[in-house]
Amino acid sequence: MFAFIVRRIAQAIFVMLIIGLIGFSIKTQIGDPVRDMVGERVTPQEREQIRQKLGLNDPFLTQYVRFVGKALHGDLGLSFFYKKPALDVIVSKAPATIEMVMGAGLLIVLISLPLGVYTALRPRASFSRFVMGFSTLGVSVPVFLTAIMLIYIFGVQLHWLPSYGRGETVDVFGNGWWMSGFFTADGLKHLILPSISLASIELPLFIRLIRSEMMEVLETEYIKYAWAKGLSRMRIWLLHAFKNTLLPVITVFGVQIGIMFAFTILTETVFQWQGIGYMFLEAVERSDTSLLIAYLVVVGSVFVVVNTVVDIIYGFINPTVRIAGTK
Amino acid sequence: MKTSMKRFQQSYFLHSFKHDRTAMMSFFFLACFIILSITAPLVSPYNPYDAENIDIMNAETPPMWLDGGSSAFILGTDNMGRDLLSTMIYGLRISVVIGIGAVSLQAFIGILMGLMAGYVGGKVDSVLMRIADIQFSFPYLMVAIFISAIFQVMFGIGSFEKLAVPLLIIIIGLSEWPVYARTIRASVMGEKNKEYVEAARVIGLSRPVIMIRHILPNTLTSVLVISTIQVANAVMSEAALSFLGLGMPVTKPSLGSLIRAGFEYIFSGSWWITIFPGIFLVLFVLVVNLLGDWLRDVLNPKLYKG
Repeated sequence: MFAFIVRRIAQAIFVMLIIGLIGFSIKTQIGDPVRDMVGERVTPQEREQIRQKLGLNDPFLTQYVRFVGKALHGDLGLSFFYKKPALDVIVSKAPATIEMVMGAGLLIVLISLPLGVYTALRPRASFSRFVMGFSTLGVSVPVFLTAIMLIYIFGVQLHWLPSYGRGETVDVFGNGWWMSGFFTADGLKHLILPSISLASIELPLFIRLIRSEMMEVLETEYIKYAWAKGLSRMRIWLLHAFKNTLLPVITVFGVQIGIMFAFTILTETVFQWQGIGYMFLEAVERSDTSLLIAYLVVVGSVFVVVNTVVDIIYGFINPTVRIAGTK
Repeated sequence: MKTSMKRFQQSYFLHSFKHDRTAMMSFFFLACFIILSITAPLVSPYNPYDAENIDIMNAETPPMWLDGGSSAFILGTDNMGRDLLSTMIYGLRISVVIGIGAVSLQAFIGILMGLMAGYVGGKVDSVLMRIADIQFSFPYLMVAIFISAIFQVMFGIGSFEKLAVPLLIIIIGLSEWPVYARTIRASVMGEKNKEYVEAARVIGLSRPVIMIRHILPNTLTSVLVISTIQVANAVMSEAALSFLGLGMPVTKPSLGSLIRAGFEYIFSGSWWITIFPGIFLVLFVLVVNLLGDWLRDVLNPKLYKG
């Protein structure tokens, strides 16, 4: 087990170095740090001096090592547009995205668990068929279209819910780090539509997953034994079967949370939600390379960490995983 | 030729197709979509790329059956005064071209990598598969968004828009090849120790010949199964990229960029610019997905259970 953890962490570090390399090559290829610092109105000689001083004429490898060293200290360069360290910009925008993902995650749990269990227990009921048909359709609807339709129905036609922005936010820790929409009625109202649309991409997957896991468990010997013992229906379903469907669902949930962060780029664009996805697209429009690279590195590390943790947890649960990699 | 026709007529494949109403319906719709996109210049009422047909005065005309609609524009017009139906058909054409192109590129890279990894094995295998694993751990949409962001910053928006179609094919192709590489590798691993491969090796055929002429044909079933799903995925990715403004420009819109253009007008009540292309896109993706599900069930029952 120890060897497995070490190997998995070494792999994670390797992936991070590659992500750093990609980010760094983008930086040297298209970004111009001198422009980021002093703008366009400087003579070529002065530019050359600044380049020399910044070490931009050093060999590629030296610069890369320096880049990694700085990144480890949390220095990912200055954002050209915000005139602030890129990491600070991302940290200030991250709470909005995290709150949206949390809202969506909550919805997924609340909706997919009962629906998945119900469709597994009553596969032939008309409601189950409706749910399954709906989830087939759901896979084929792009998330931005769901979002637009929600805005049109609830925002434009019915005027029930606000259709863009985060609404009123509160400063949770009193130092401006976490502006939260969770504690005001207005903020929560703004959160509803984005969360629903973000959840809509994951719902079909989870309903199907829970359904198939549950159906598989219901076929096992120990469930038959529980029936034979004459236990009550609810006890068998909820205590015996349901508990054992949760394990694979939780691991998938871990990975999917990472994937939801990717899809926030789409939902945040539709709802003009001031999170990191929206910031990323703005950075593309403004050619703010430092911010782009910082986003790549930050989101990349979130993914690597999530994947590594999920793998290690899974290694504890399922021994075949850690043997398969050794050869 | 005649015997192969006959064999096809008696095959299980055709039999199960005829007995599956969903598959037949999906195939019918897909055929319609493909024909529409091939014959776009003939069937669409106007040419949306021709400035002569566009009059900004006609912008945001509602569909013909609503108040203010005109029979000249069946589904109304978009924000630039283009006939929505024609623009949608041309948009579908672009989406289909990009989808098929991207999947071909994915398949090409993936098959090459998968064959090498599976047949050569050893170091080549572990290096190639590690790369695939790493890329696989990131969602493909994320990879696609990132590559196109880099391209856009690199080329500048102007030349990106001019080269949008080939660039999008490359972007989506690069972002999803690991799917193919993994599947092919798995089937190659299953095939390579069979007698016919042994026989080919004994008579002294070279490695590339064995790989391409002998092993590859036996892995094509799984390629076919994933290809359908991948086309749907590629069309979705293209729509997502275009919606974000990282794909097709509004002057040559795909379905995704039409939805993006219409989105700004939804607050003023012009829902049709967004909803009609949206329905078109969903229908296309749904049909391809359904057909892919059916193919998977028929050709590869084992995959379905697992």
